[in-house]
Amino acid sequence: MTVNKKDVLLSLRDLEISFGEGKNKFVAVQDVNFDIYRGETFSLVGESGSGKTTIGRAVLGINPTSNGTITFNGTQINKKLSRHQEQDVSRKIQMIFQDPSASLNERATIDYIISEGLYNFNLFDSEEDRLQKVTQIIEEVGLLPEHLYRYPHEFSGGQRQRIGIARALIMQPELVVADEPISALDVSIRAQVLNLLKKFQRESNLTYLFIAHDLSVVHFISDRIAVIRNGRILELAETEELFNNPLHPYTQALLSAVPIPDPKLAREKKLLVYDPKMHDYSVDKPSFVEVKPGHFIYANAPEEEHYRQLLDKQAQGVN
Amino acid sequence: MTENILTVKDLSVGFQVRGKELKAIRNVSLELHDQEIFAIVGESGSGKSVLTKTFTGMLEQNGSITHGTIDYKGKRLSDLKKDKQWEGIRGKEIATIFQDPMTSLDPIKTIGSQIAEVIIKHQGKSKSEAKKLAIELMDRTGIPNAADRYDEYPFEYSGGMRQRIVIAIALACHPNILICDEPTTALDVTIQAQILELIKELQREYKFTTIFITHDLGVVASIADRIAVMYSGEIIEVGTCDEIFYNPRHPYTWSLLSSLPQLAQKGGDLYSIPGTPPSLYKDIEGDAFAPRNPFAMKVDFEAEPPMFQVSPTHFAKTWLLDPRAPRVEKPALIQNLHERFEQTLVKDNQLDHDVKVEENLEDEEHDRK
Repeated sequence: MTVNKKDVLLSLRDLEISFGEGKNKFVAVQDVNFDIYRGETFSLVGESGSGKTTIGRAVLGINPTSNGTITFNGTQINKKLSRHQEQDVSRKIQMIFQDPSASLNERATIDYIISEGLYNFNLFDSEEDRLQKVTQIIEEVGLLPEHLYRYPHEFSGGQRQRIGIARALIMQPELVVADEPISALDVSIRAQVLNLLKKFQRESNLTYLFIAHDLSVVHFISDRIAVIRNGRILELAETEELFNNPLHPYTQALLSAVPIPDPKLAREKKLLVYDPKMHDYSVDKPSFVEVKPGHFIYANAPEEEHYRQLLDKQAQGVN
Repeated sequence: MTENILTVKDLSVGFQVRGKELKAIRNVSLELHDQEIFAIVGESGSGKSVLTKTFTGMLEQNGSITHGTIDYKGKRLSDLKKDKQWEGIRGKEIATIFQDPMTSLDPIKTIGSQIAEVIIKHQGKSKSEAKKLAIELMDRTGIPNAADRYDEYPFEYSGGMRQRIVIAIALACHPNILICDEPTTALDVTIQAQILELIKELQREYKFTTIFITHDLGVVASIADRIAVMYSGEIIEVGTCDEIFYNPRHPYTWSLLSSLPQLAQKGGDLYSIPGTPPSLYKDIEGDAFAPRNPFAMKVDFEAEPPMFQVSPTHFAKTWLLDPRAPRVEKPALIQNLHERFEQTLVKDNQLDHDVKVEENLEDEEHDRK
């Protein structure tokens, strides 16, 4: 499922996000560079505190950036925008949140929750038109029109997440930032939500920035994956490439933490542990280099050499 | 490992909700073997937490045991009513750790004092002895520089470290049974893997019996000795870990296995279980899973299936095991699990791993500073 036409929808360059000032300045994200192509699912994978959510929020304009650019559809969006531009961007970039019970207004009906964006941007001609749009989207996410007049607490976690998806997609966005949309759900419900996200992508060529901490989940849904740790992207590659040739020790450690649903293998499996002290960056400074077309890694010169050798050996092994 | 430490017979639990009775547990029987890791797997609302709450008398006010017995070491736990009677068992003999470590810890007391408090109360030690023991426990559960971190507060700890502290508190009384209620669900995968390792290790050392509750079958593959699968308040299949993964017999177990994301085929849809679990307010006729079961037969809607025995350790509650039932194979997706995973793993291992392999390790929260 490679995206052939490399039509860049979102582009981050040298992005830095920091909090606080002076002595208290904390750099949460630094030197982040990547492009997201139209129609693909790009996943950011990292542990708590890695900065993955912060990047997602910066794309939405919730967190201010301290350096670098975010370009959406060819326009830089992390600066002062005109009112018109701002409206346009906030409609076209939507978000799906992690916790479906905290992200829906408990006192509003589902009808209002889903329509709120339409009201804000005046995206309907008449009351019938609005109702028709809302009814259509609620059916598409697998709920019933009669659910429109209920309140969030009357729904299960999986259903609420469907409402969250409906609320985002009724805006007909081009980019959807999905921040751990299934982490709070049961395994059996996760499948339904992931399938739903896939369906919308197929139907309307949606682009997803998918944020997660679990590589097993993103394997299924992503076209490309970036592994992030302490605010820095350590490895970026197409999904199959990353799973077949994980080069960075941190990526290998993340992969080793994915539970294997096979008792014999699971019992023997050794958990790999990443120790950042293993890199000696005192002399050779690392940078984000491309070791194979489309496969980027954060490494210094000797490490880069080592990674290239590993890849060569791997290629020979296959032939 | 065949000695039973806890025996549950025909247990039913009901809740009074706005004048109606909700049947959360229906006729559950199980035997817990000494020093095993027993996993209970099921979706939200399947009754897995309610079941284990009855072992420590922690059912909510409106809930009660309506039928059946729970026996622990010659004591009939199902007869205990007052909190006073539970003292000496709850926490001391049977301890529980919960999903969210933040809500289990007191935010305004230091980490160390929360562990020491338990040791003083249950083991009658002096303050200084308790402190020594607490630091030892923190050390054992993998807290680096335990002595220095004794006086820190919960907010200064990461999620994984907090869960280690909750485990340390639970172990402070040397319980015989440790109930782990989704202990890793709120944690990152890397931390989850570490906590699972830790529980396995501590169990070998402290020789307790573990009940591990989760909704994710994948999580327990590495640690469970036996697994029980619950659906709408019933245990529908129970067997050894290998039996449940390699030879599952109940269609619901098939569905649970099939929906694991690790098994997803690239490009296709993920398997998802159609429909929703039945309402627990109504009486269930026939097999509770029948309306969602693609293999359901007529009898599934009419009569409740008994527990059929598959092996001396493996039981499943489905009419498919009746001699008169047609032969049904489990879905292709979950056949030859072991062979398939072995293949993908070989592929992954073609690259040399640079990372040092360690059994246990420290959380990495300091390296940011």
